[in-house]
Parts: sequence; structure tokens; C-alpha cells
Amino acid sequence: MSPTAALDVRPGEDANVILRRVTVLDPVAGIEGVHDIVIRDGRIAELAPPGDGAADGAETIEAEGMHAFPAFFDPHVHLRTPGHEHKEDVATGTRAAAAGGYCGILAMANTEPPVSTAADIAALRERARADASVPVGFLATVTRAMKGEELTEMVELREAGAIGFSDDGLPITSARVMLRALQYQRLCGGTIALHEEDPQLSGDGVMHEGPVSAALGLAGVPAVSESTMIARDAALAAYEDARIHVQHLSAAQSVDVVRAAKAAGVRISAEASPHHLCLTDEAVRSLDPQRFKMNPPLRGEADRQALIAALRDGTIECVATDHAPHQAEEKEVPFEQAAMGVTGLETAFAALHTELVLPGTIELGLLVERLAGGAAPFGIERPTLTPGSEANVVLCDLGAEWTVGEDGYESRSQNSWCAGRTLTGRVMVTVAAGQVAFRLRSFSLGVAA
Amino acid sequence: MKHLLAIEQLSREEIEAILDRAESFAEVGRRDIKKVPTLRGRTVVTLFYESSTRTSSSFELAAKRLSADLVSVKAAGSSVDKGESLKDTVATLSAYDPAAIVIRHPYAGAAQMVAEWTEAAVVNAGDGKHEHPSQALLDVYTLRRRLGSLEGTRIWIVGDVLHSRVARSNLIAFQRMGAEVTVCGPPTLIPRGIEELGCEVSYSLERLGEAEVVYALRMQRERMNESFVPSLREYAASFQIDTRRLNPRQLLMHPGPVNRGVELSGEAIDSPQSLIAEQVAAGLVVRMAILYELLAGGERPAPLAKGDGTAEATPIGQPA
Repeated sequence: MSPTAALDVRPGEDANVILRRVTVLDPVAGIEGVHDIVIRDGRIAELAPPGDGAADGAETIEAEGMHAFPAFFDPHVHLRTPGHEHKEDVATGTRAAAAGGYCGILAMANTEPPVSTAADIAALRERARADASVPVGFLATVTRAMKGEELTEMVELREAGAIGFSDDGLPITSARVMLRALQYQRLCGGTIALHEEDPQLSGDGVMHEGPVSAALGLAGVPAVSESTMIARDAALAAYEDARIHVQHLSAAQSVDVVRAAKAAGVRISAEASPHHLCLTDEAVRSLDPQRFKMNPPLRGEADRQALIAALRDGTIECVATDHAPHQAEEKEVPFEQAAMGVTGLETAFAALHTELVLPGTIELGLLVERLAGGAAPFGIERPTLTPGSEANVVLCDLGAEWTVGEDGYESRSQNSWCAGRTLTGRVMVTVAAGQVAFRLRSFSLGVAA
Repeated sequence: MKHLLAIEQLSREEIEAILDRAESFAEVGRRDIKKVPTLRGRTVVTLFYESSTRTSSSFELAAKRLSADLVSVKAAGSSVDKGESLKDTVATLSAYDPAAIVIRHPYAGAAQMVAEWTEAAVVNAGDGKHEHPSQALLDVYTLRRRLGSLEGTRIWIVGDVLHSRVARSNLIAFQRMGAEVTVCGPPTLIPRGIEELGCEVSYSLERLGEAEVVYALRMQRERMNESFVPSLREYAASFQIDTRRLNPRQLLMHPGPVNRGVELSGEAIDSPQSLIAEQVAAGLVVRMAILYELLAGGERPAPLAKGDGTAEATPIGQPA
């Protein structure tokens, strides 16, 4: 089964493309070297010796000096549909994903109303088949209306095509309800993705609790607000042998808990966002909510280093953007009043390449592996460049410099944490589910005669 | 200096320039006619999203003493009640082409945002629990008048540091002027990591005798409900500054309004070592100096001619 079989996308033309003399890197498949990638009828037909690739009627892209990776998979995106289409919808959100090199994304269910019924899932899937530039899967809420009290009809939701379950945006505060959901998972399957936070400890916090919050007079969210809830749910998952996925890890304490749970055999996976991997609470000194207010908050440098270490050793198996679009009026207010969240789909690769790979903090191969690592935790096959597979390929120019936002965004919202930054490394072409989903406007393509 | 947004952004020299200017306005305050024409024809807007007595009245009087036209806007009863955003309110008021906007807002960073939206000079009159720079300046002014210099002075800031913008601004200002600062209060009301601002932290008044200046903070009654302290009684028993805990050589300060019998005993407030009334008086001249520095300043005032008190001895009084 291909990575995108369970997801929905707007049907289009199968790609027939040759990426000539491209540097191919797929560390999981053990592919590394300069090849011609021949994509025929939407599948990777072969990795031919450089200059040898041929296919009748195929478009040829001279990609010498550029890199091709398995396209990325983001398990944590807010498409804001239904209810907040002024921030994002399926069309704009998946265009942003395509521009970021993604071949698949999972949309969160904290919409208005939340995605809680089979009819909601069916309607969204239909919308995706009409509008989605890249394959998208939908999660349903764990509890009705995200109130944390009663379970949704999880079996029916799964039958309607819900990829998994999450009350993301809110924690499931009741341990009893959490336990029931984990028990019920035996019946319906579907990974339960968890926004881990103890609202009692977070209180009215708006940033990481530490020296910076002390200096700014902003109420802090302590790191233990996250880690204590992960510890609770890891214990419950172990007790029920359930499958959980921890979203947007932010704190060193949380990394320790996940690492220990994995060592103990708990079926737990974890993600980290590009902004938590690149920024710390020092950024909040600017009091700029547009770029630096999100939940969980940006934490300290020791936390950031712990996340990077966890990315390296696999405690965190994937990067997830937590792409959270908001309109300007929700962000052009003082920090404490501003909406939480930043966009990230269009900049994830470039930001992490610039901030972590170029300085030598992590290897390029590790980044490529983690950016596609978000599929497996939800039972979806990892995108690969192995010949014979469905084509899910991203072509990147690692030397291209660009300033984020100067040409606008594919997303309907502009609250990018990278806004105004100059990044090195750019997605030129994305092939998702065998279709060309994105090509950079300024990147001219030579078509073979 | 274009705006006054945070003490954090001021150098010791900039602080001293404002204090020197305030000294010369103190002289103006001793004249029969206390008004100078400096800001004649210019407009000062005060925009208060929170209730205030001292800060709003002293900024308003400061603007009037400088002959500015004054527009006072309070959020209650204005378009803010009708849901107008801060950005739109500032755009509206900016249409009057004010020279300065003085803003108090319940959230951190509001003044900084306003500064990005207007051509006017912006004065932060308190933003959330972040900063209250004019309070810090008047407190430094008061202490400098009494002590000559803050260099090496040991100052204890006592009480609810967590919820206090005054504590934050004063901590920075006192240290910048050379003082050594200790913050003291129950652990629930001392923000985690505050020591990285360069102060000492104490959870008891045991060593209060080390202080030359004791700066008590207002203890708000609603903190009890949130389990920050079990009761006002227990708080007062552990942290109230009274004449028993205060020794006669120590100076006592408080930003007001005081909860008598909570953070301060009545005797302490009324004792000769209390500078509370001087702080209020300083508020006016320091706020005049702030407006002057932002709108007409640039040069240091000439030294006062000792004794004769003539207006001609200083640039104050000349049209800007």
C-alpha cells in the first residue's frame, strides 16, 4: 500500500518527469548518489545512471546540483476547515504543504464545530478530493465537542476514514476518559495523538516559565505542565497496551519521559516542531506574538538541545509543523491577548536546513528521515524513492537563499515564525501521490522534445 | 530618545538626564506660576485602559504644566467598550497629530505596539505586569534626592514581585543606578528565574536589617483565592513591614495605593522614614521631565543657579 492510499487528494494527471543528474538521498532506503530519477505514470520507474534516464513524452528537469528526497509527511496541520476558512482551508493549506515539499499531511480536528462525527469526516474527505493539492488525512476528536467528557463514536469514525484521533488544542484532562479511550482503541484502532498539558499548571500562562517570563512579567507555563501529563498517559498506555503519539514535544523533561517510556516498551511516538527546534524563549523578548506565541511555548536552550538530541537518537521520530494559521487581527494585539500558533508548512525544510544542518548540528540525512517520519506513527507507509513505488519526491536547491514572506505565502495566513528571515535551501518541485503538486514559479522547466 | 517604553532600554546616562531635568522642574514648582510654555500648541493624549489615580493625574497635570493641549481617554465609556481594537483606537487618536501618547494597558508590550502604529512619542504608563518606567524614574529621583547617589545602596523590594510591574522596572532601574537589590516575598510570589536579572532572592525578612531602603509592594486581596498565600493574616505575619521590623535608619517606600495593615503597618506608613508622600510629589516633576525629554529635550539642562531661583537661570520657560 502506498503512503497516500488512505488519504484523499484531488485527482490529476500522473507525473511523467525525469529529474536529471539529481543528487538522490533516501537514508531509510539506503539510496545515496547522483542519478536520473525517472517518474513514469506517477511511479518511480527507475534510478538511471546520470544522463541516461529516458521516457517518451516526459518532462525533463535539469537538476544537476540539486537534491531529491522522499517527500515529507506532516502529521500535525490545522486546515481550519470547517468554521475558520478565513484563516485556511483545504485548498490553501494543501498548497502550502505542497510548497513545503510534503506529499501527505494530517489535519487536526479542533475546527468549528470539531470533527466529531462520521458525517464530518465524509464531508472533509469529499472536500479534499475536490481541493487538495497533496493527499490529506483527517483526524477525529477523541471526545465529543472536545469537552473531554464522552468518547466520540470512534468505530464509526474509523469506518468513515478517520486516520486517528486527537483533541489537539486541548489536553484530555480526565484520566478516566483517557483510559476509556485507550481501552476502546482495541475496537477501532487508530493512533491517539495527544496534546499534553495540565491546564491547572499552565494556568493563564502565555510563554515558557523561566528567566525570560520573569523579566517580561508574563505568566509562565512550566515545563512540568507538559511532562507530568505525558508521564500519566505513558503509564495509562502501558497499562492498556495502547498506541499513543505525543504531539509537539517542547521540554527536556518531556523528552526524558518519552525516552523512558520507549525503553520500557510503551507503544509511544513523539514529534517536535521546527520552531521548537530552532528557537528559544529568548525570541519572546521581542513581545511579538505574530511569530513567537504558540502552545506549547518556546522553551529554554537546554530544552531545545534536548529536543535535538531526541531527534538524533529517535526518541522523537518525526518533525511536525503544528501549522496553525491565524489572521492578522488575532495577532496584532498585545502578546497576552494574541491567538496561539504559527504557520510552518512552507518553511519547515528550509528553516531546519538553515538552522540545524548548515551549522553541522544534525546531518542532512537525519533531517530528511525525520521530515518523512510522521507517517509511520499513524500506520501509514513512509514515503520512499525505491523504484517501483508511487512517486512522492521533493526536489530541493540546497544553496538557494530566499526571504520568507517577500513573495507572499501559499497559506491564507501570514503568521509564519520565519517571517522576514533569510533561509538557505528551497523546495523547487514537489511530486505527491504521483502528481506534480508544486513547482516554484521562478524555476523554469525545460521540457524534452 | 523617541519613546519611553521600558526602563530596560535606558542607559544610566539617559536616566540621569531625566532626573536632572526633573530637578529643574522642581524649581518651577516653587514659583507662583507653575506653568511653562514649552509644549504650547502641542497635544498630549493619555489613553488609560486600566484605572489609575496617581499615574493618570500626574501625567495630565505634567502635560498642563508644560502648556500642552491634553486629551484624556479612558477605555471605560470610549469606543473600546464598543469593541474597537487597540490598533484602531491609536489610529483614530493619531489623526489629531499628538506629540505624545501616554498609555496604560493591562497587557505587556502594548506601549511597544502602539509605538509602531503612531508617529507620536509613546510613554508607557504601565503595561500589564511588564514595566512601569515612569514609576521607577520617580522612585530613583526620590531616593537620589534623599541619598545623593544610589551607588552601593542596598535596596529590598518586598512583597508580590510576581504580579508587579513596579518591581520589575525598579529592580532594573535601581541596579542600573548602582544599587544592590534583593527581592523578598513568599516563594509563590517570586517569579522563577528572577535572579537572572542580577538580584538576590530572599524568602524571609530575617536579613531585612541589611537593607538601607525597603520598598514594599502592594498585596492584592485576590491573590488569596489563587493559593498564592493562605491568608492575608499569614502574609502580614511573615512579610508586613512594621516599625518593629524596620529600623530607624532605613527608608521606606511604596508605589501606592497602600493596603494599610497588610503589606505595611499604619505606623510604618506614617513614620518619618517613610518617603511615600515624596514619591507622589516626585511623580509630577519626573513626568514633566519625561514629556520634556521626549518632546523638547536633547540637551542637558544648565545647572541651576544656586539660591536665587530665577527662571532665566535654566532653559525651562523658553518656548520650545
